[in-house]
Amino acid sequence: MTKMTLAKALNAGLRRAMEDDPKVVLMGEDIGRLGGVFRITDGLQKDFGEARVVDTPLAESGIVGTAVGLALRGYRPVVEIQFDGFVYPAYDQIVSQVAKLHYRSGGRVAMPMVIRIPFGGGIGAVEHHSESPEAQFAHTPGLKVVACSDPVDAYWMIQQAIEHPDPVIFLEPKRLYHSTKADIDVDATPGPLFASRVARSGSDVTVLAYGPTVKTALTAAEAAAGEGKSVEVIDLRALSPLDMAPVVESVRRTGRAVVVHEAHVNLGLGAELAARITEACFHSMEAPVLRVGGFDTPYPPARAEEYFLPDLDRVLDAVDRSLAW
Amino acid sequence: MTEFLDPSPSHTDMVQLLNPEGERVSHPDFEFSPDRPEDETVRGFYRDMVLTRRLDVEATALQRHGELGLWAQLLGQEAAQIGAARALAPQDFVFPTYREHGVAWCRDVDPMQLLGLFRGTDQGGWDPDEHNFGLYTIVIGAQTLHATGYAMGVQMDGLVGTGDPTRDTAVVAHFGDGASSQGDVNEAMVFAASYNAPVVFFCQNNQWAISEPVDQMVKVPLYKRAQGFGFPGIRVDGNDVLATYEVMKSALKRAREGGGPTMIEAYTYRMGAHTTTDDPTRYRLSDEVEAWKLKDPIARVEAYLRRGGGASTSFFSKVEAEAEALGERLRAGIHDLPEPDPVRLFDNVYSELPPELQEQRDGYAAYLSSFDLEGASR
Repeated sequence: MTKMTLAKALNAGLRRAMEDDPKVVLMGEDIGRLGGVFRITDGLQKDFGEARVVDTPLAESGIVGTAVGLALRGYRPVVEIQFDGFVYPAYDQIVSQVAKLHYRSGGRVAMPMVIRIPFGGGIGAVEHHSESPEAQFAHTPGLKVVACSDPVDAYWMIQQAIEHPDPVIFLEPKRLYHSTKADIDVDATPGPLFASRVARSGSDVTVLAYGPTVKTALTAAEAAAGEGKSVEVIDLRALSPLDMAPVVESVRRTGRAVVVHEAHVNLGLGAELAARITEACFHSMEAPVLRVGGFDTPYPPARAEEYFLPDLDRVLDAVDRSLAW
Repeated sequence: MTEFLDPSPSHTDMVQLLNPEGERVSHPDFEFSPDRPEDETVRGFYRDMVLTRRLDVEATALQRHGELGLWAQLLGQEAAQIGAARALAPQDFVFPTYREHGVAWCRDVDPMQLLGLFRGTDQGGWDPDEHNFGLYTIVIGAQTLHATGYAMGVQMDGLVGTGDPTRDTAVVAHFGDGASSQGDVNEAMVFAASYNAPVVFFCQNNQWAISEPVDQMVKVPLYKRAQGFGFPGIRVDGNDVLATYEVMKSALKRAREGGGPTMIEAYTYRMGAHTTTDDPTRYRLSDEVEAWKLKDPIARVEAYLRRGGGASTSFFSKVEAEAEALGERLRAGIHDLPEPDPVRLFDNVYSELPPELQEQRDGYAAYLSSFDLEGASR
């Protein structure tokens, strides 16, 4: 057992993936000597060399586009996008090339690539450093999208994503990078990558969360318990494809669902979840699916972000509204 | 500025070894020196160009007959493509646009597979690794980054500068004058220079980005841009297959030996429309087209071979018969291209069908078969 933060767990996971497979190559801005702006790749260039931990020119489309070429040559590139808001210059390469090459080629071409994106807010950053673009990628056939929420998942999920034959958008909750430590048993056998998980059992309301909002949801569940309300929290982990079975099972029991994400509510993951839950659980529902998320505004200036981000009280408010329906 | 863009073959900026009249001309830096005997090589170029043009003409006609949804013509660019492709070593890898039919031909991609893409029966039916020829890329310039990344991979594989010409590998990024404005092309050049990647940027400057003339967006000769990225650029007469072959050969050699990237601007002309949906009479004068007809890439090789005795009359009639047979094969084969099965839409989105997509597919299959039942009950 080793105690690690989420950042350290990612670093250890990347290291292990590189040890296991010589074709794994890391690419990104400042990931070499500096170890990345969040230090996720700290020390890896020193140990694996400049050819496997590649400091790239400052051009996101260039990073992802050259990673496509490396994957075509048989490598497994792991790309770091420095911040969520900087992924858009690479959007065309991701959506038109990374996502479609396997399909376009009739399955002849594999595109094993991981695109790591630190996402979400709460770190007091300037504009473009706090966004939650997951729906843009979950909406794109050909991509898989996952989000980790704690150190244990971070350690295993990054390795599983790298091993996976399809391109994976790997979302890292940046505000949790250095928050809490957890025990990681590196000899354990991890569960499947594309599976949601019950993070806390409960019987009155199901709260669905992923990435940074899992912690918020768990805190809210704890507070609700103090008021005699039993909240079940599901960490979705996989955003595309969604693993609906545990969600459906839970909502059929509770009859109520609240989705929490930092992304804008309009056409966010919550909208898709609401539609699917309604289809699958219609006769068990006691209340409509409620969504708590970022407002449909651009991400605000840092000193206003606490108003924008779903917090403990907004989650509890939604739980109460669901229960009172 | 216009003198830089002067397409005249006498312009010193441009490498030429065979002039439009079909006369060999000398150049201080390049000499036509193929691996195989000269005349045999030139006859091969001629045959490739004639057959590629026939493919192009047939495909255009098939589009007019409604058999293809679209066709991107290469008419006029045969020398640029054949010269570039015949300079390749077998292990070199090519990243095409959607107009590299001549390169595809030289890489043994069955022309029927090109027709399949433009008919819409698939999106590229060949195996890139089998032909060392990537899939056609429609987003302008995107493939130049793939080529650069692939070249970085070749480097990581240790297949640059080993001194073994059968193993050292170069990568080619095809693109056009229009694509030179794209961010991806410029980023590809930055990356290629940064890692000294074994990639050749082969730009067919065909003078037109659909309706926009090259001088609208290119204010210095294209090949001169390479210098700004930190590697050599060179302009070659793209209607001269001998010169294109030689210039390409030297750039590929340089890449394989570890010398890094080169940009080649093959100065040519799009004699046809951008694609079959385009109408060039709306934006360019027929005078211009007529002037370029005099620089036709095939006519000059034919004149050279006939005048110099490099080919017999029977050679020309044999190639013509081959072209006829190719045309016939394409016309006859178009209806044999398999129509896509609706349920197979769901194949190859991912390496394995995720449960929810499987559900979608099964639901659609059941929906479709419900029509069969209705039909059966009638």
